[in-house]
Amino acid sequence: MIKHFLNLEWKQYFRSSYWQKNIAINILMVFFALYFVAMFLGLGFGLLFILKEMYPEQDPFVVANGFLFYWIIGDLLMRFFLQKLPVMSVKPLLTLPIKRSTVVNYVLGKSALSFFNFLPLFAIIPFSIMLIGDGYAVSEIITWLFALIITVLIINFLNFIIEAFSAESELSFLPIIVVVSVLFGLNYFEIVPMTSLIGSGFLAIAHHPMLILIPIAILALCYGFNFKTLRKKLYLDSSLKAKVTEVNASDLSWTERFGDIAPFMKLDLKLIWRNKRTKSMAMLLLVGVLYGLFFYPQPMYREMTFMSAFIGIFSTGFFLINFGQFIPAWDSGYYKLLMSQNIKYEQYLRSKFILMVISVVLLFVLGIPYVYFGYKILIAHFAAAIYNIGVNTHVILWGGSFNRKKIDLDKKAAFNYQGTGAVQWLIGIPLMLVPMALFGLVNWLAGFSAAIALLIVLGVLGIVFHKKLMKGITKKYLDSKYKMIDAFSQDN
Amino acid sequence: MIYTKDLSKTYNGTTVLNIEELTIPKGQSFGLVGNNGAGKTTYFSLLLDLIKPTTGNITSNNVVVDESEDWKPFTSSFIDESFLIGYLTPEEYFYFIGELRGQNKADVDALTAKFEDFFNGEIIGKKKYLRDLSKGNQKKAGIVAALIGQPEVIILDEPFANLDPTTQIRLKQIIKDLAEKQGVTVLVSSHDLTHVTDVCERIVVLEKGNVIKDLETNPATLKELEAHFAGGAVVSQEEE
Repeated sequence: MIKHFLNLEWKQYFRSSYWQKNIAINILMVFFALYFVAMFLGLGFGLLFILKEMYPEQDPFVVANGFLFYWIIGDLLMRFFLQKLPVMSVKPLLTLPIKRSTVVNYVLGKSALSFFNFLPLFAIIPFSIMLIGDGYAVSEIITWLFALIITVLIINFLNFIIEAFSAESELSFLPIIVVVSVLFGLNYFEIVPMTSLIGSGFLAIAHHPMLILIPIAILALCYGFNFKTLRKKLYLDSSLKAKVTEVNASDLSWTERFGDIAPFMKLDLKLIWRNKRTKSMAMLLLVGVLYGLFFYPQPMYREMTFMSAFIGIFSTGFFLINFGQFIPAWDSGYYKLLMSQNIKYEQYLRSKFILMVISVVLLFVLGIPYVYFGYKILIAHFAAAIYNIGVNTHVILWGGSFNRKKIDLDKKAAFNYQGTGAVQWLIGIPLMLVPMALFGLVNWLAGFSAAIALLIVLGVLGIVFHKKLMKGITKKYLDSKYKMIDAFSQDN
Repeated sequence: MIYTKDLSKTYNGTTVLNIEELTIPKGQSFGLVGNNGAGKTTYFSLLLDLIKPTTGNITSNNVVVDESEDWKPFTSSFIDESFLIGYLTPEEYFYFIGELRGQNKADVDALTAKFEDFFNGEIIGKKKYLRDLSKGNQKKAGIVAALIGQPEVIILDEPFANLDPTTQIRLKQIIKDLAEKQGVTVLVSSHDLTHVTDVCERIVVLEKGNVIKDLETNPATLKELEAHFAGGAVVSQEEE
């Protein structure tokens, strides 16, 4: 049976038009994966020396265990945003003579083979080898290693439990934020010293191998919970069938002031607000606003002025990049309708453009408080916003004409809670790296004001030539019309 | 009104449609029948410029459809569910189409009010998204949306499929009225020979992309069509 499943997966993956048309992205993904493997390997081999250097008085093994809590939290957070429970189109399997439990076990088992589970091993195993080489008891380290592998799997399945809860709540990021911040808070305010608790827990396992039964039990519990929830959902009338939601119509008549593009503006706003995937994307606006807080509080980054250009582009362009890169795929479900309707392509694109510009302005305004960290940051953000409006909007619209991947807004794929993957983040790179490089270069050669001026000039040029650019972009879309219609009418 | 000349569509060396000449006059209710793969949907897609013809072209009201977009204001269609916008309610969808076709809310309301019977109280005012409606109700919404804005050409692919018997009968009346009273050119395809003969003044049979019959509908047409398709079945059984 597993053989059949694997065969189906293989075909689903390689026969999808997405794979065939995006080899470049796939290569990039492999590249990234290799990069992370290399990083982790380096960490694994180097960690022992680093720890000895930084904490010469303490036992490095004990110190390493002290950090495990942060790793667990970080891993959980990262997985929530990047890892999805492997989607298998299970609907056709339901009527076939396959036991439900087999399907569920397969889906869960497959998730254990995720790249995210192998990645930590590249650090853990070399570190263990180094520890043994350093004279630690082999049996202790081996037990410890197994405990960590089990922990990786626990995180894996715990993540799906959290995702299952977040799928049911309106604000999909809430559960993960709550879990992580409660754990972190308990530790930070020393209500429950999670760091040392988890650290000494792992040490205890290393010393008393029998205790490894505890993480095994937790793993079994997590797996069992996932098994039960998934099994319940494998019915047509639960998760495989879309829930009927009541409409809450809002008054969008204010869009009328945009004239002939008003119908599309209304449509776009409804698109964003009424579909799960786009809705969680809109929530990401918050991340865009708060992004600077990761960097600016540290004086190190405040010194590096080119960082503020990067953060400016990223935080004011957060929505632009996330929304823009899927133009026109957002409308792929009814693309044929749009193409046979009485519409002007340019109006359709301009509505998207205006929406992105509004988001940039909004994000810039919300980011004004960063002036607290220095006026230069505000200036850099302003220049970045202008650049986003003038250049990046057009670039991303132009890039959209190469879009050939359908987005299924209606289908709530059985276990696809996030609808976002790592690929999504890659496309933003040129949009951010180019201005960052330009800024960095000019800043280095001619100083801060010249670099700011450059971004602003580029942005203003884009705005001045907006009409012309849009004409070119529209033509590009018209040229690839048939290809897009064809690609969007294919599944996967 | 619609003139097709030397039209063909080829995919990887397989010709799926090949029409030498076909003229559909204004105000005709035109039926297209044929087995699966006969080229019905391909023809409609070409008519809407959704795919590019390999050779030849279609001229609609003196507009060559794959060269100009001027056919769009007077043409409307419902091919399949991908013409619906799932996250809108039926009303919002009608208004959206209405805005694209230069109709205000009052115009659209006046039009949809005429179809109260047809909707059977399951479409308007239900506070449901189109994606949450049943297949049949989705189809009803799509068909009525195709009637918004006084189009001169209406293209409906398989309009009778998925509809309940009552609605089928009502739909037949609607299509007949459009052609006879309002002078609209209606193009319909169907697998159901009875429905097509009831509705259409003229029926064209496609087989493997070729026009093999072009009939004015008369009381004997249904018999003739049935004989034709049954004959095909016998032949293919013998071939096996």
